[in-house]
Amino acid sequence: MLTEEEIHEITEEINRFPVKKAACIEALKVIQKHRRWVSDESIEELAEMLEMSPGEIDDVATFYNLVFRKPVGRHVILICDSVSCYIMGYQQILQHLKVKLGIVYGETTRDDRFTLLPIPCLGTCDHAPAFMIDEDLHRDLTPENIDDILTKYK
Amino acid sequence: MEKPLTQHIHPDKAPLDIREYEKTGGYSALSKAFQMEPEEILEVVKDSGLKGRGGAGFSTGMKWGFIPMGEDAPKTKYLIANADEMEPGTFKDRLLLEGNPHQLIEGMILSAYAIQANTGYIFLRWAYKRSGYLIKRALKEAYEAGYLGENIMGSRFSFDLHQHTSVGRYMCGEETGLLNALEGKRAIPRAKPPFPQMSGLFGKPTIVNNVETLCCVPHIINHGAEWFKGLSLTDEGGTKLYGASGRVKKPGIWELALGTTLREILEDHAGGMQDGFFFRGALPGGASTDFLVEEHLDLKMDFQSVMDAGSRLGTGTVVVLDDRTCPVGMLHNLEHFFAQESCGWCTPCREGLPWVEKILLSLEEGTGREEDIELLEFHSRNLAPGNTFCALAPGAVEPLQSALKYFHADFERHITEKHCPWK
Repeated sequence: MLTEEEIHEITEEINRFPVKKAACIEALKVIQKHRRWVSDESIEELAEMLEMSPGEIDDVATFYNLVFRKPVGRHVILICDSVSCYIMGYQQILQHLKVKLGIVYGETTRDDRFTLLPIPCLGTCDHAPAFMIDEDLHRDLTPENIDDILTKYK
Repeated sequence: MEKPLTQHIHPDKAPLDIREYEKTGGYSALSKAFQMEPEEILEVVKDSGLKGRGGAGFSTGMKWGFIPMGEDAPKTKYLIANADEMEPGTFKDRLLLEGNPHQLIEGMILSAYAIQANTGYIFLRWAYKRSGYLIKRALKEAYEAGYLGENIMGSRFSFDLHQHTSVGRYMCGEETGLLNALEGKRAIPRAKPPFPQMSGLFGKPTIVNNVETLCCVPHIINHGAEWFKGLSLTDEGGTKLYGASGRVKKPGIWELALGTTLREILEDHAGGMQDGFFFRGALPGGASTDFLVEEHLDLKMDFQSVMDAGSRLGTGTVVVLDDRTCPVGMLHNLEHFFAQESCGWCTPCREGLPWVEKILLSLEEGTGREEDIELLEFHSRNLAPGNTFCALAPGAVEPLQSALKYFHADFERHITEKHCPWK
């Protein structure tokens, strides 16, 4: 069930647009902010609010890279896999993360602490390789300095 | 030399707040502009030679010129700043967004006045968290100071400006894909015509401009078209934010005269190649531009010159290929990106790009066949402009077709030696 707070925030978004449907992406962002991901049940409830079918909403939700339709951990690691990070050797960073966390792309650690996902260019190519953890950007990564970074996320 | 866009940007410090920005002459172009007719602003921008800095390089004044004006024009018109910087290897707009958000806001108010738009959006990339926070604060300050909202500075002009944060997809940077995303839909391209200037966001006349383009406008209004033209080394006006990444000594972004040579960017500003690495080639303006090689080092980096050399200036942020990176591997990385980000709307792109990606992977894994090179050449032609709905696939095959030309022997070696020579 969507909470009163979520419904309130979604309603505010709906009021900002000339048509209800246009608030779809913003509404998905609201749900994800509160729950870390967007479940089928949430989509069904949202469908009623936006006067859309659940399928239409899922159509949008699954299109975008950063709407999560499966549960994610407490922290999401988004590692840049684009060209400048490739040249600067992001593969070593990825390998180190996979071994250390025991997960591959799309998986979450058993303690629910980290989910690992790739992301296109983070726009910080002069400090490649880079990743984001939640809302924080980390740059100039080396296999040596990432362990320290990870310890900040409990 | 003058650096109008970045003179007040200090990346390690907080950006100017509204009072500090005003002290540097910020927002002074507004009172000047409001004394002028919108058409006069448009003329000045046209005369300045300003070309779109998002990559296409179309004349900004001409783009604005297609907007319906006058009594019969629709009452609602939109101006959108494309801040969805997602072209791999590109990190220039981030500097402007984080370094001086008021400059963008002032540029948007002036541009909105020129086309008489009453509503604006800054369409921002999700990943640019710091930009989002700083723009939000700057918008609040600008509203409080009366630069946004009803009857700006006592004029008859009103303009509301909002921030929209995307949820991530390369297609959001494509003009019509962006409009669909802003309407809450999948970011697929729209058929043109009608062009967004006639029927854009929610069916209303709309202009979408790149962040760097909009940031030029206050300076053009303050100092005039001739001054702006004079900043450049060619007849395309202005300065340009150039960047370099890859195995250079000092990767970064620099505001330089438009038309600065590739050699000067890479050697004088990026400090040359790192020790032990040699230059093999470069993408001049992001992932979707053709490779340039050693013979092009003295090329002037303006839109026309780079086009004459068979590539595109694109975003002006150079990605350098060194001798210790496999060109086929780099290309596989690029085509993986494009295949993933294809929206799937039209068949050549949806089917062609994953095919290209798989062929390149097989070359890297040593299972490539002789005929694969012909297949890659076929896709380069089949995904050319005119065969697809938008510019994504034509952009995707620019590095491919040029790599096949300049690094042909490297492709051959992968096939004959049955492994990647760099592994």
